[in-house]
Amino acid sequence: MFNIMKNNNSENILKKSHREWLSNWGFLAPCLFVLILCAGWPLLKTIYFSFTDAELDNLNDFCFIGIDNFVDLARDQDWWIAVRNTFIITIIAVPLETIFGMIIALILHRNFKGRGWMRAIVLIPWTIPTIVSARMWAWMLNDVYGIINEILINIGLINEPIPWIASNTLSILSIILVDVWKTTPYMALLLLAGLQSLPQDCFEAAEVDSIPFRKTFFRIIIPLMKPTIIVAMIFRGLETFKIFDLVYILSSGNTATATMSTFARKHLVDYADVGFGSAAATSLLFFILILAIFWIPFNKKRLKKLD
Amino acid sequence: MIRAENKWKYKRLIKDLIFVMICIVVAVICLFPFYWAIVSSLRDSAHIFSTELWPTQISFSNYKEVISDKTFLCSFWNSAIIATMTALISLFVCLFASYPLARHQFHGRKRVLMLALSVTTLPQVAVLSGMFELIRILDIYNEKSALILSYMIITVPFTLWTMTNFMNSIPKDIEEAAIMDGASQSTILIKVFLPILSPAIVTTGLLAFIAAWNEFLFALTFTLTNQARTVPVALALFSGASQHEVPYGLIMAASVLVTLPLVILVVIFQRRIISGLTAGSVKG
Repeated sequence: MFNIMKNNNSENILKKSHREWLSNWGFLAPCLFVLILCAGWPLLKTIYFSFTDAELDNLNDFCFIGIDNFVDLARDQDWWIAVRNTFIITIIAVPLETIFGMIIALILHRNFKGRGWMRAIVLIPWTIPTIVSARMWAWMLNDVYGIINEILINIGLINEPIPWIASNTLSILSIILVDVWKTTPYMALLLLAGLQSLPQDCFEAAEVDSIPFRKTFFRIIIPLMKPTIIVAMIFRGLETFKIFDLVYILSSGNTATATMSTFARKHLVDYADVGFGSAAATSLLFFILILAIFWIPFNKKRLKKLD
Repeated sequence: MIRAENKWKYKRLIKDLIFVMICIVVAVICLFPFYWAIVSSLRDSAHIFSTELWPTQISFSNYKEVISDKTFLCSFWNSAIIATMTALISLFVCLFASYPLARHQFHGRKRVLMLALSVTTLPQVAVLSGMFELIRILDIYNEKSALILSYMIITVPFTLWTMTNFMNSIPKDIEEAAIMDGASQSTILIKVFLPILSPAIVTTGLLAFIAAWNEFLFALTFTLTNQARTVPVALALFSGASQHEVPYGLIMAASVLVTLPLVILVVIFQRRIISGLTAGSVKG
């Protein structure tokens, strides 16, 4: 009698867990299907193409050529220029974004009249489509008619107009400038979220003891915020590494100011060389992977929070 | 005593003044480019190169020309449809997926979340040739569905994380009460969670909409004709009637028209957008 009951019970549990399994994965199925169809398959296909001599107008007829594309890529001077540019942009832009983002986060963290307005204003550069930002800044940085040169000349900082976009070195600087302008709001939000999760009483205690803000900032805020800052910087680094839109508009196809993404797309689409272009894209992916390895462990924490 | 108090007040005033100054500088830097675009767009071709900081003679000729441009209107319409569909589809798919991820413990749950996370780090260029072939196989090149399909890779992982975070924050007893009443999983999701989550859904949908509206690389690659283009591509390739002269006034007018809907949305929903952006991202 007892045995039968036990059997029945375990059967029920089995049935229940089976049903649960089915409903869990049933709910997940559409999403997983979309991810595999739109991310998994194209990604594997791109890596596969990078070992072939496929061309854009005929994607069915190609030969497997081993690592030839990667060898060509390693020998290609323009590729290394693109790699260098991508590194320069990332290494300069991300710390600048962090510093300015921190300033804005500290402003938004304070309680003052008009904070809502300030928040909306700060979000605006992030909202504006990248292409629009690029065109707006290209107009402002125009060497002959641009307002930036005009202002700088009027203040007396420069004597003659600077060719912000026409010169290769300066155009990289312009790209960095616009990227920092555009993405600092996002950085500020990430840092603000970190600031708000700190124990607020230590700010109050510092204020009551009238400790100068400089001291509070370097002795309390920075050490406590360190993990948030590192995660945000790696995250932004990953994004900046993929930079495409701004470069496409602000350097108009110039090889001297190309980045890895614009280089890959140019070969893939404009030169229709899918094999070589895919090899460049796969190499970019490789760089991203190295960065992502540092980033993923930090996300374990986020996973834990969901338990 | 009075002196000390005065000194303290004085110091406080200076501190506040510095704070206000910093706020003003930040606001000017954030707003000036957009302001300058508006000012330039209100100048006719004779005054476009004027560098006065405010518009002296307001002219709507640029706007008239942009609005009467059929291809531009067409791209505006394309962007609206594509961004809306992208937001709706990714919301639909992720709403179901986030339910077990947020509410149940099961084998493989962490794997799915990590998978979504790794997809967010993928560069778009790295899926470009594969996506091109997929679109060719499905025979949707140069069509809206091609862009909607390819935007899933951008919006779905992000939407999934944000929705999972939001759904995770709903207290457990609400669900338990429904289970006691004998409600099935899908009833719980639709009847219980959906109403609670509606603000979160609006936020997440808005973020997906903005991402799709602003996307450029896929839109540039997977469309060919003027009729199929989205706004960012139309704007990037905007070159006006004459080849030699860049029509800055027109470009600025088009830029303002493209950005205005987004700016209005952000000003209205700023609080929600911030909560959405931070819920789905790094938080210490």
